[in-house]
Amino acid sequence: MDDKTPQASPRPSATFDDYTMSEIRRAASTGIYDIRGSGAKRSLPHFDDLLFLGASISRYPLEGYRERCGTEVTLGDRYASKPLQLKIPITIAGMSFGSLSGQAKEALGRGANLAGTSTTTGDGGMTPEERGHSKLLVYQYLPSRYGMNPDDLRKADAIEIVVGQGAKPGGGGMLLGQKINDRVAAMRSLPKGIDQRSACRHPDWTGPDDLEIKILELREITNWEKPIFVKIGGSRPYYDTALAVKSGADVIVLDGMQGGTAATQNVFIEHVGQPTLACIRPAVKALQELDMHRKVQIIVSGGIRNGADVAKAMALGADAVSIGSAALIAMGDNDPYYEDEYRKLGTTAGSYDAWHLGRDPAGITTQDPELASRLDPVVAGQRLANYLKVMTLEAQTIARACGKNHVHNLEPEDLCALTVEAAAMAQVPLAGTSWVPGQGY
Amino acid sequence: MNSLDLQTLGLRAINQKLQSLEAKTNEREWTITNPMGQHAIACGLTVPIEITVDGHAGFYCAGMNQEATVTINGHAGVGVAENMMSGLVRVKGNASQSAGATAHGGLLVIEGDASSRCGISMKGIDIVVGGSVGHMSGFMAQLGHMVICGDAGEALGDSIYEAKLYVAGSVESLGADCIEKEMTDDHMNTLAGLLEKAGINKDAHSFRRYGSARKLYNFDIDKADAY
Repeated sequence: MDDKTPQASPRPSATFDDYTMSEIRRAASTGIYDIRGSGAKRSLPHFDDLLFLGASISRYPLEGYRERCGTEVTLGDRYASKPLQLKIPITIAGMSFGSLSGQAKEALGRGANLAGTSTTTGDGGMTPEERGHSKLLVYQYLPSRYGMNPDDLRKADAIEIVVGQGAKPGGGGMLLGQKINDRVAAMRSLPKGIDQRSACRHPDWTGPDDLEIKILELREITNWEKPIFVKIGGSRPYYDTALAVKSGADVIVLDGMQGGTAATQNVFIEHVGQPTLACIRPAVKALQELDMHRKVQIIVSGGIRNGADVAKAMALGADAVSIGSAALIAMGDNDPYYEDEYRKLGTTAGSYDAWHLGRDPAGITTQDPELASRLDPVVAGQRLANYLKVMTLEAQTIARACGKNHVHNLEPEDLCALTVEAAAMAQVPLAGTSWVPGQGY
Repeated sequence: MNSLDLQTLGLRAINQKLQSLEAKTNEREWTITNPMGQHAIACGLTVPIEITVDGHAGFYCAGMNQEATVTINGHAGVGVAENMMSGLVRVKGNASQSAGATAHGGLLVIEGDASSRCGISMKGIDIVVGGSVGHMSGFMAQLGHMVICGDAGEALGDSIYEAKLYVAGSVESLGADCIEKEMTDDHMNTLAGLLEKAGINKDAHSFRRYGSARKLYNFDIDKADAY
């Protein structure tokens, strides 16, 4: 063969791509699985695979900037005497003090206040600062019960019983020792510096019959005032939603696999659970069959990024959405401003996910005082509020174009899908056809 | 002594009445009659009053108790005194699963036996069981003391943190990272004090102490087969 013989280009394997091979080499070198934060990073059917049809001869649009399009939402009026009243249908998801810095938690509260929405505690309990900076605060009731006490329960505006989360349905968590300073340790009744396991099962109830009694107890302790949310991971949304309703939930929080977590195994994040898009319709179907749609509200989370995602979730039947990762990005997480420091950590802005190690250059997922002080809670809170405002305006823009005077009036009929997969999951027609996979020919 | 008939008044009315009492109230002693195994009886109390539940209670009796003394003249269902912060809860009969789960303080006395997961994730409570406890008791127990006058089922103290366990009878098996530990004079005194406080006549010298080996406090891949 001489040098004039045509050569085929080197062909990388689609199965053993660069990332896969690097992970094999990493595993072979360390003998330990990869742990990281954030949600599923693989490409999944998502809201981008849906499009709104907009108005036409058969649909009448509303005038932008002139005709009202409502965004307010009431959460928890099934049984609670004091349901949550939000100005926008976008809430802040549960994230713990411990996983996040105190400054980050304060910023979340400030941003939510400015936007007229709620924020949520996480594993580790409620801090006075968080309560003070959050007009509407949802208190998570988790399997670990770290920091759980009846005084804080009564101070909350709603209670969220966490059964699972989208990043790791069926899994617990581990806050590594390097993030356990004196305060975090005291809140969790554990020694400083040791890994803190967050259990995967609640310690005193198993199954829907027990959950019903647990909800009764929480209502009795809080005088039947607080809305009770039940958060489920995107595992079996039809059955889990039905069982949560049967157990007496006021609100379902449904978290798909793109939803973030503070830390868990990469293999868990990428290979357990269902995409957010695939979860919504089964959950809404369960509510409709029980005649509970819009009576028990449903909040969808996991990969919500913009107003189009908000509107699409609404059209598929959600009452509200929740954001976690996007809120952190709005506040400065993964900002290219810190590129030099991300490089020193062996990553790059946009890919940083070692949230569990506590060395976040942006001062968000850390307990290091120097790093945490980089985040100005007032500035970060304003950035979050701006972002929430933009998302809301975007959702309203789309809703008006579809002729809706409230974002809740969006419906599946307003949508089509770009792929067969998305059409099947969202149960809307493939674009250019009237074909909905699974609903005949 | 004030009497509240649960069958007549219903759960909400009784809990509302007891939860609304102020610390300085003169109405300090209450009896709940006809409990009928109902759930969430006398939960969320906040002041030092004395409640007697005259019969069997269902799930979560005296849940999240603060300051109150609750005596159950019968058996208790799942999660009695769960997440208790302070006060005293006494079960004259047996207790079901997860007694004293995640509780931060106070004293729980079970004069009979306790089922599985007694003291699961306990965070500072003291628990004294006159009889035996079921499997996985003291699972992920963080703080506080659990005294077991009878036997302990399998996997006692699995993944235990800093709680201290005392057992007079046999232990079917110990869970991950739980070991027998030296009983010092200080431990003996603490144990004797707990038995006295619980009103249980048992010689502290007949107990053995168990706690964490602290080998699994920080993740180590070479110890992954311990679980």
